[in-house]
Amino acid sequence: MEFSPKIVAFLCKWCSYTGADLAGTSRMEYKSNVRAIRVMCSGRIEPTFVLRAFTNGVDGVLVCGCHPGDCHYQEGNYRCLRRFLLLQKYIQQMGIDSERLKLEWISASEGKQFAELVNSFTETITELGPCKIRETMKV
Amino acid sequence: MEGSKPKLKLAIYWAAACGGCCVSVLDVHEKLFDVVAAADLVFWPIALDIKYKDVEEMPDDNIDVTLFNGAVRNSENEHMAKLLRRKSRILVAYGSCSHLGGIPGLANFSNKEEIFRRVYSESESTVNPSDVRPLKEFEVDEGMLSLPDFFNDVRSLAQVVDVDYFIPGCPPQTERLLEVFTAIVSGAELPPKGSVIGAETKAQCDECIRKKTENKRIKKFYRPWEINDDGETCFMEQGVLCMGPATRAGCGYRCIKGNAPCRGCYGPPSGVTDPGTKMMSAIASIIDEKEPEEISRVLEDVVDPAGFFYRFSLPSSIIRRKLS
Repeated sequence: MEFSPKIVAFLCKWCSYTGADLAGTSRMEYKSNVRAIRVMCSGRIEPTFVLRAFTNGVDGVLVCGCHPGDCHYQEGNYRCLRRFLLLQKYIQQMGIDSERLKLEWISASEGKQFAELVNSFTETITELGPCKIRETMKV
Repeated sequence: MEGSKPKLKLAIYWAAACGGCCVSVLDVHEKLFDVVAAADLVFWPIALDIKYKDVEEMPDDNIDVTLFNGAVRNSENEHMAKLLRRKSRILVAYGSCSHLGGIPGLANFSNKEEIFRRVYSESESTVNPSDVRPLKEFEVDEGMLSLPDFFNDVRSLAQVVDVDYFIPGCPPQTERLLEVFTAIVSGAELPPKGSVIGAETKAQCDECIRKKTENKRIKKFYRPWEINDDGETCFMEQGVLCMGPATRAGCGYRCIKGNAPCRGCYGPPSGVTDPGTKMMSAIASIIDEKEPEEISRVLEDVVDPAGFFYRFSLPSSIIRRKLS
């Protein structure tokens, strides 16, 4: 059976989740590999969320927030950006390809961009193949 | 003696260890007389000549308290962990290695094949042209010689057997050990099984006396030798990475007292399973830059995130080992 990746997307309520919702209400067609998890702000997203996703069998993680300067809580998205960059370094060290974690800013009106992001990211992950970190978690 | 309380049977064992935890027990100095007045040391390889087979012949639950230090690296460590679990009423994971994996846990960045290749072929002082490797069994005239099986992963004690209590530290602070020992001997009610004892519940920063302001905005991270430490200000505020915010208190902030930043040997504070992720989150949050290129530039000074954030706790972190 052809590999169909499991992707989790952490979306902030104010911008990116709304943008993803717009893609839906506009009846845009895009790949169905993404499971969306809504958070209040991308600044809520902590490394634990991403790492637990990978160790639970997810092949790719998308993190989306408001564009810089537009965060509903002023600075949350900047914190997200800084954590994301450090986290990428860390997962690369642990043997998880850093391309499996992607950050993109999606505003509430960017339904089309969200659909395109899901499609291109799904393709990237399909090419990378399944993330094997789950197997090494067996003690 | 008539009417005296039966002595506590105490065992101390070292698995994949450096010996420091055994030294921390010896560091009780003259209080050792109080210890042996209240306890019989029935097994302690560093100090006593009692053999494995003597332990095997003991009845189950014979030992009241076993302090098990060291991580589980090979089949001998695993065998002794399981044996001592059977023979002990209370099994305590003593020190970072048995609590979280410790320094030996850093071998989880590698695997058996890479380690053997480095040790037996590639290291600079090795001459081994025919690539001789140790065997698990070898027959000689006198019989069969055997060596333990070397596992691919290092594990903490709780990942191998059921553990009653954890005493953290590399090594645990001796005063805290004495407190725990006195509590057990006096028959005080013990905390719930699975607790971390001999330590506080909050983070290091709570105990540390260095001056803190709200001014945690970092433009550059420094190695400790790159700054003129004023001896008073919080390390993080001076740009030096310190694991204090994500580390359990209880050691008396002994490293900070020596003007070195905390390295996190006491493991996570209560309620936190993975200390590294919390610290990653905290460090990243205080970087005072907004552009991705600038942030990456500052992060270049965090040269080895995995090694720094998980120096003592790699095997028990969320991503227990490097994918290999």
